[in-house]
Amino acid sequence: MPVDIDIAKVAKLARIALTDDELDQYGHQLEDILEHAERVQALPTEGIEPTSHPMPMVNGFRRDEVGECLDPDSFLSQAPDTRDGQFRVPRILGE
Amino acid sequence: MKPGWEAVIGVETHVELSTRSKMFCRCPVDVDAAPNTACCPVCLALPGALPVPNEQAIEDIVKIGLALDCAINERSLFYRKNYFYPDLPKNYQISQYTFPVCEHGSIEIEAEDGPVTVGITRVHMEEDTGKSTHVGDGGGRIHDADHTLLDFNRAGVPLVEIVTEPDLRTPEQARAYGSELQRIVLALGVSDAKLEAGSMRFDVNVSVRRTGDPEFGTRTETKNVNSLRSLQRVVAFEIDRQVELIEAGGSVTQETRHWNEETAQTAAMRSKEESEDYRYFQDPDLLPLEVSEPWRDAILASLPELPADRRARYVEAGADAAAAELLADSRGLSSRFEEAVAAGANARTVAIWLTGDVVAHLRRIDGDIDATVLSGDHLAELSAMVEAGELSSSAAKDVLTATIDGEGSPRDIAEAKDLMQVSDVGEIEVAVDAVLAANADAVAKIADGDMKPMGFLIGQVMRETGGKADPKVVQQLVRAKTQG
Repeated sequence: MPVDIDIAKVAKLARIALTDDELDQYGHQLEDILEHAERVQALPTEGIEPTSHPMPMVNGFRRDEVGECLDPDSFLSQAPDTRDGQFRVPRILGE
Repeated sequence: MKPGWEAVIGVETHVELSTRSKMFCRCPVDVDAAPNTACCPVCLALPGALPVPNEQAIEDIVKIGLALDCAINERSLFYRKNYFYPDLPKNYQISQYTFPVCEHGSIEIEAEDGPVTVGITRVHMEEDTGKSTHVGDGGGRIHDADHTLLDFNRAGVPLVEIVTEPDLRTPEQARAYGSELQRIVLALGVSDAKLEAGSMRFDVNVSVRRTGDPEFGTRTETKNVNSLRSLQRVVAFEIDRQVELIEAGGSVTQETRHWNEETAQTAAMRSKEESEDYRYFQDPDLLPLEVSEPWRDAILASLPELPADRRARYVEAGADAAAAELLADSRGLSSRFEEAVAAGANARTVAIWLTGDVVAHLRRIDGDIDATVLSGDHLAELSAMVEAGELSSSAAKDVLTATIDGEGSPRDIAEAKDLMQVSDVGEIEVAVDAVLAANADAVAKIADGDMKPMGFLIGQVMRETGGKADPKVVQQLVRAKTQG
């Protein structure tokens, strides 16, 4: 079951720059993975209830309570650029 | 709207919940905190951090859904909405896709052209992004910025998105919808719903079509509209722009636009984002949500009275529709109205005082009703005095403002200012008799069937009593004594 995939588009959406060789290599690998998924999808699943999680668990809530935050210097110091206690990035909109 | 055209409008509203902590971590929801001081590994998307949902936020969204008459899905799922933007630390927003918490609701609004039922497609749970400040020569405008500063205190704040069906048709209806939704959210107490502060904001979809055309036209989406007035203006502007475009032989482009308050125009966003492919998939870090029937029922039982019900109750009590709306919109006015009515006041009179004289006086003194001593009991006392004929309605207004100014109880003020009306029939009768005796001509004319001097006689009695006699009693007595 061959699967067609636009690997260049996938790379672009994920903001990953790939060379032509890499596009070819990862394209084949992804196609293999999706072909396997196709085989799984072909299994007869009639009468089996759909699940979204292997364990019969739901919610996993926490109570609405405030906890500790990080010292801003601890993470701002890792950023390429900061100003006045904020992260600084180049202009967002293009022309 | 130009004859021959019809607009189709849908609104997406984002409401920030005012929980104590964020949606998936324990950082505080604090808009006043210094930049980046309410952040942790989860809301900054540091590697390995895992989200844990806030139970209160789920309870709050169920409240909103129930207030909007939605079905609450017993099972719902969190999805990842993938896109790249500097204010989004994880490069995805945790949101919902298929199976939102609430679906298929509706809301009744009252617009100038009558009542409209607006379908609610869905209400889903998500998280807010960080806050961007665009810095440059353009005075904060994104197009002129040369760089952007990012504060992630808001990243991860619980955000509820409420999506309508395309059921709105006019700018006024869009505004009425936004206004009613804000009232509901405020009544539920789940958000401060401050449009100017961005804790409630609208994205508005507008398309136009020729009247009678069953097909929808191409729509535009104008994002982040932050006042009710702007909501109305955005829709009006887009309708005119699209109709003009089509009539000139052009066509509408499906696009995202933004509203410029200064120029009062929408303009297309020029975005680097080329593809709107969010590649939604279920978030593997989060379990399915389950809102059990007992939980839902308990939340339903805890809902406060909704604004529409409150307005209807005030109208039922005797207030007119406009006054009922003003009262229901103000906690300070409504609590006093309810206290006064509970203490036996005339609801119609008190509604008029509160929404007219009280509001006008507060505006004059630039005051807040809760900073004054005016109580429901004061209003009830004043109402009782007017009903008993002890105070004329115009004197009551003077007593009312003096009460707001803290001069004492209405009765004390009326007595101190010598405003009490004389309703005692015996006392007034003395004055009437004196006036009739002194004006035998007038009395004779009335006896001959000429009613003209009646007003003169009543005026004389009022003068005799220094204006304090109850005019109703005076009138009755003068009539009885002259017409036999």
